Amino acid sequence: MDVRSAWGKLVVLLILTALGLTFLAPLLWMISTSLKPIEETMTLPPQWIPSELRWENYSKAIMYQWDRAEDVVPPFARYALNTLYVVVLAVAGTVISNALVAYGFARIPWRGRNVLFALTLATMMIPFPVLMVSVFAIFRSLGWVGSFKPLWIPAWFGSAFNIFLLRQFFRTIPNELSDAARIDGCSEVGIFRHVVLPLSKPALAVVALFCFMYTWNDFIGPLIYLTDKKMFTLSLGLQFYQSQHGGTQWNMLMAASTIVVLPLIVVFFLTQRTFIQGITLTGLKG
Amino acid sequence: MASPVAARGGAQSRRNLRNGLFFVSPWLIGLSVFMLYPIVASFYYSLCEYSVLQPAEFIGLGNYQDLFSDELFLKSLSNTLVYAAISLPLGLIVSLGLALLLNTGVPFMSWYRTVFFLPALVPQVAIAIVWLWIFNGKFGVLNQALQPMLDVVGRALPGDPKLTAPGWLSDPLWSKPALVLMGAWGVGNSVVIYLAGLQDVPKQLYEAAELDGASWSQRIRHVTLPALSPVILFNFIMGIIGSLQFFAVPYVLSPAGSPSRSIYFLTMYLYDSAFTHLRMGYASAMAWILFLIIFVLTLLALRLSERHVYYGGE
Repeated sequence: MDVRSAWGKLVVLLILTALGLTFLAPLLWMISTSLKPIEETMTLPPQWIPSELRWENYSKAIMYQWDRAEDVVPPFARYALNTLYVVVLAVAGTVISNALVAYGFARIPWRGRNVLFALTLATMMIPFPVLMVSVFAIFRSLGWVGSFKPLWIPAWFGSAFNIFLLRQFFRTIPNELSDAARIDGCSEVGIFRHVVLPLSKPALAVVALFCFMYTWNDFIGPLIYLTDKKMFTLSLGLQFYQSQHGGTQWNMLMAASTIVVLPLIVVFFLTQRTFIQGITLTGLKG
Repeated sequence: MASPVAARGGAQSRRNLRNGLFFVSPWLIGLSVFMLYPIVASFYYSLCEYSVLQPAEFIGLGNYQDLFSDELFLKSLSNTLVYAAISLPLGLIVSLGLALLLNTGVPFMSWYRTVFFLPALVPQVAIAIVWLWIFNGKFGVLNQALQPMLDVVGRALPGDPKLTAPGWLSDPLWSKPALVLMGAWGVGNSVVIYLAGLQDVPKQLYEAAELDGASWSQRIRHVTLPALSPVILFNFIMGIIGSLQFFAVPYVLSPAGSPSRSIYFLTMYLYDSAFTHLRMGYASAMAWILFLIIFVLTLLALRLSERHVYYGGE
């Protein structure tokens, strides 16, 4: 049977629909449980549609263990603020530093450039655990363990993958544009800011988006460096929440999970094109 | 004697060097502080007794020797390799299969693509928690759906055996398959990469195959897969690197890798050694063994693929 015949298409469509529902089911189950009263999470057989929508599960999850004497905002709001703080600083650092470095590799011919670039690519082979202990020792000697600094300061010094990605993009910008600006007496920094950066918005958006995703989801970084509960990020807070509840109040736990997942899904829908382009760029040209 | 042109060239190349170094200066610091120094230090620590509280004390190959008689290390190593050996091929089949189905020109393709991609957005911690609930032995939605099917199958088999759904995360035999299933749920990234790769397969190849009377499955086997092979190799190598460093999901499910350490992976033991037991030297030795395994498997994948990967441009 040919997949392009009407029947073939119908069969493919049915298979895709069945698989699609399977892929969506865990997310739907998460949302459904998050809106149920606690008794309904333990009915057999399980109910997909809650008998009534308990939106207060969300406010309860956010308010959970809120000691007003200790903090002016509830724990989950605190986790969200902490996460935003780290995300904003990390994204800003990643975009600025990697754009600068990639420009140095892509647009200026200087002696030693290719050797340094090869070394940069080679470091991509090194898995995180190899660096984990020594980097921790560095931050410990600086007295930064227990602060947010280890989570965002490294972002300001470039990373091999982003340098590579932006360099590939910068190289596609015609040299004539830089040369024209140079003849007009524009400095190298001027060309970077007024010629190359404005033309590179899509690639910069990809880098920013991936850094946002990575930092929002990062678990092992906060787990290693954050010691004070008040400084937890959302990922770490969610894990803490789960270890405290030990699998009893599933409705609250699912509400908390939804709170962590939802912003990512919203950002995805707002930036879908950049997103898909970005993944394609990293997968095919990487 | 230098000609004026060469002298100007010299000034130009000096200026380029100055500008170049200025632009890459953040990375010169990043590369040395967060990469090169840590690599060297970590190798040195792996030869040391080091608790981070006291200065490192050189002990030679002691850590490496201890590792190979440490049963927990061998257990976590075998867990990691078993998990990678199941999840890599399965992830490849699922993501490639979905991409091929999406690429048949069905209507609403981008909608379906979004659906398959969404789970890839879910943070590791949330993945673990949601699936913990789905796999729940008593009220878990998965077994509630499976049990009626198993009852039907049981009745159809000779002797009417009573088949029961597995205990998943509470059964050491099923906990790794449960993790593989969770991994297969998050293949969206690879699906998107495959789909983009499929768009690049030259149309004339399909037309030629069709003129020769090739069926859909033959076109897949003889045109699509060879043309897509560099992308498959890329995804496979990324898969090796990722699955050997599997950490957040199993750690959230159970920091001790319960039941019976069946989901205690190499990176979890590494984390525990470094930050729970403060055996930083021991952890560094483990990290270097992990690096060696990743390195060897990547080389192996590159070598074995040499004859099967087809680069269109060459």
